Amino acid sequence: MRWLAIILALLAAPALAQQSMPPAPYAYTQLEDPALEEEASALMETLRCLKCQSQSIADSDAPMAGDMRHQVRSRLLDGETPTEIRAWLVRRYGDYVSYQPEMSASTWPLFAIPIALLAIVALVLLRRLGKRRSDAPDNASEITAGKPTQGRG
Amino acid sequence: MSRLVYIVPLALFAFFAGLAGYMLTQDKDQNVPSQMIEQKLPDFSLPPAIEGIPGASRADFVGGEPRLLNIWASWCLPCIAEAPQLEALSDQGVEIIGIAVRDRPDAVEDFLSRHGNPYTRIGADDISELMLEIGASGVPETYVIDAQGNIRYQHIGDVRASDVPLLLEKLDEARS
Repeated sequence: MRWLAIILALLAAPALAQQSMPPAPYAYTQLEDPALEEEASALMETLRCLKCQSQSIADSDAPMAGDMRHQVRSRLLDGETPTEIRAWLVRRYGDYVSYQPEMSASTWPLFAIPIALLAIVALVLLRRLGKRRSDAPDNASEITAGKPTQGRG
Repeated sequence: MSRLVYIVPLALFAFFAGLAGYMLTQDKDQNVPSQMIEQKLPDFSLPPAIEGIPGASRADFVGGEPRLLNIWASWCLPCIAEAPQLEALSDQGVEIIGIAVRDRPDAVEDFLSRHGNPYTRIGADDISELMLEIGASGVPETYVIDAQGNIRYQHIGDVRASDVPLLLEKLDEARS
């Protein structure tokens, strides 16, 4: 009798799980064409899950991320390009939805600052190296003539 | 000059540490606003979520008075909290068209019998199609749609009693 109850309890669990809706067709199903699926997964890894905001939709198990994966896969299947699909989402949610930074009025410093820093570094290095080169004959004569005994042996 | 070599990095470090500390004390707005405000409501057509109440499409928003589009679900707790406010809005003559997200007909029916039905139509959005089309990132969200079918305002989260006057004002603005 107890065993019957346990078996019935185990059977009841899947029935409760039925309460939620089945996921969208392409939420957890890969595309048949491997090349297209590769494009889909590359795109999904660079799209933000809006429900769990630090994950990509490829990483997230949230139902909404599943619905977004369905959109990505079914739109690719309809012949849209990854760039078009990303643009479609950015039109609705802004740059925030994409993990691939685009050059825009608010993001240009991201691209400009590293270039500016590199330019400053190059300028400083050039000036220092230039100075050292012009100092070099003096230094050399100082070392040989000045303190010959202080070397490393 | 030689002292500057030490002071500049230290000052930079202090600035960034201070900035990080300050940002930790600030509330972060986690909401992702839709970029679809002041744009045309996209074309859609959703089947009825339950028997007896018609489904919803873009055409249902065109003509007559501005309407509210309410994205909700029977499994969403804040939706229970906003039910009385939606009821009050519909009592004032505002047409509210509901979009039930990833919901089952029996659960929708149960929700409506418990918390009342402020909706004239309820479309079933089983795979978040309309949600993604209009830039909604969660449930519930409420949109003001003018009679030309344009999205005029987005309210993110449950509608509290204090939000009702603002929604009425936005509906009024949508008339012009």
